[in-house]
Amino acid sequence: MTTTTAVRDDLAVPTRKTGFRTLLGKLARDPWAVASSTTIVVFVLAAVFADQLTGITGNDPYTYHQDLLDAKGQPTGWGGGIGADHWFGVEPLTGRDLFAIVVYGARTSLFIGISATVLSVLIGTIVGITSGYFGGWYDRIVSRGVDVMFGFPTLVFLIALMAIIPADVPRPPFIALVIGLFGWPGISRIVRGQALALRERNFVVASKAMGARSWRIVLGQVLPNVGATIIVVTSIIIPGMIAAEAALSFLGVGVTPPTPSWGRTIGDAVLWVRTSPMYLVFPGAALFLITLAFNLFGDSLRDALDPRTARR
Amino acid sequence: MNFLRYLSFRLLGIVIVLLIIAVVTFALFYLLPSDPARLACGRPCTDANLEKVREYMGVDQPWFVQLVEFLKGILFGRTFGSTVTVECDAPCFGYSFLRNASVTDLIAERFPATASIALGAAILFLVTGVLGGLIASLRRNSVIDRGIMVFSIAGISTPVYLAGILVILIIGFTLRWLPTSGYVPFEDSPIEWFSHLILPWVAVAIVSAAVYARLTRSEMLEVMSLDYIRTARAKGLSEGRVIARHGLRTALLPVVTVFGLDLGVLLGGAVITERVFAIPGMGSLLIEAVGAVDIQLIVGLTMFAAFLVVTLNLVIDLVYGLLDPRVRMG
Repeated sequence: MTTTTAVRDDLAVPTRKTGFRTLLGKLARDPWAVASSTTIVVFVLAAVFADQLTGITGNDPYTYHQDLLDAKGQPTGWGGGIGADHWFGVEPLTGRDLFAIVVYGARTSLFIGISATVLSVLIGTIVGITSGYFGGWYDRIVSRGVDVMFGFPTLVFLIALMAIIPADVPRPPFIALVIGLFGWPGISRIVRGQALALRERNFVVASKAMGARSWRIVLGQVLPNVGATIIVVTSIIIPGMIAAEAALSFLGVGVTPPTPSWGRTIGDAVLWVRTSPMYLVFPGAALFLITLAFNLFGDSLRDALDPRTARR
Repeated sequence: MNFLRYLSFRLLGIVIVLLIIAVVTFALFYLLPSDPARLACGRPCTDANLEKVREYMGVDQPWFVQLVEFLKGILFGRTFGSTVTVECDAPCFGYSFLRNASVTDLIAERFPATASIALGAAILFLVTGVLGGLIASLRRNSVIDRGIMVFSIAGISTPVYLAGILVILIIGFTLRWLPTSGYVPFEDSPIEWFSHLILPWVAVAIVSAAVYARLTRSEMLEVMSLDYIRTARAKGLSEGRVIARHGLRTALLPVVTVFGLDLGVLLGGAVITERVFAIPGMGSLLIEAVGAVDIQLIVGLTMFAAFLVVTLNLVIDLVYGLLDPRVRMG
């Protein structure tokens, strides 16, 4: 069937090979991307279905099982009391189920990590796009501020801020908020660079010439074009956010008991490491694995989106 | 001449930045509902006593007056109270009424430990990281390259305290002569100082060296494919000279930039490492202060940390100027 069209074939814009489907295809061919995304999915599922998962053995992360401990508070049995009822054994001194603690810890970790990331990406994107696109004195001031915040002793400030949190404020959202508020300068810097380059592109200039308003260009032209960058940055900063929460909890100023947190459990486990090493191994491995998975996935994503930086 | 102008311009910038940091920090800690006077007042805390304590500590003033007093204290020192006075000499970063000591003295007491961890670790991870990245880039896609890259992605994903615990378990408990906790001042015994710090240094370095290995590798790969490297080779320079003088020198510039930006992270890493190795440094001081809600100490410490990092950032920026002729000229 032949149809006559006004548009000549040779003038058609070639289909870009950077669509979502192509991206997925590239990732599916990358064994690292597959392995890391599978790990992430497993952790997310564990966090979401923590109730059902721990329901299998009927344990929760709060109930004490003193009967499983010896006189010194050590779990009895092999590997810290690993068995059919307690897959990861039990916690020394309290006898709480370690599997439940690790699974609910994933919930705490991922909740704080992801919400802090969302907040950071939001602020970073808004600040980055506006300062890159509008430029001028606004950009100069913002960029200077970003420079300063970028090299800031963030952890010191995070620890300090934990002192002034009112007792009636729930800790996890507060921690997510504070970590998120300190995490955006890196994103803003990258997004700004992109917005700066996009400002000079023909399609943006054309929109401007046709009388489009600034906010329309920013939302309709600039934002979609920095989308890929934002996605990569998001996957790269999540592990940092998770690590920040874990570090605060490890230091004893983060998530307070009894809310499970990998960082705090690792901090407690240090004292028992010679007699009950499994107490350290499970939360430690969980934290390491999720961080590694996000890092690897971020790398793969960046390579898939930007072949110039491909390294494998 | 040009450099002097640049320097004074930067110094002015730093002063403004430090002022802004001071205002923000101060506002943050004093606008939130917490009453340092009530905590310091003791029991029983009558209203009259509370008023006295407030006046004594200077927290009866509005926050910006307190801020001005605080800043004046850093420059000239300050005196608390009118009849029974407490002297706080310049540079005064506040006075901890809970500990009855000036924050500056407390920092001076604890800072050497933290600085020792950070400095030694920085040397260790810069050397090993850059060397690792360099070797990986020169032997691209070899077994060594893959090994170094696998090690570095694992290193990046390891929290510094886990690295610390592993180092204690693997090195400390097998080589029993290495102390796994505590700190000995350099003045007391340089050898003890060194042996106590080996494990903390290794712990911090494992994590950070990974970052620099990856960075150096990718920069070297990019730089070594540039035209001027081909020119250098074409004019008959030895490969070693091309790599060291032409390639690495350029590839190191981003490394210096990242190191400058990482100072805050380094300080944070030292803070965490202190905890693992039971080293009484600034980090443990801060955590104790948070536990006791010692607001003066917390504000003084954070302010000091921010000032330190921002100032060191400037120093590194200036070093950068010395390394990169383009910056020096421009």
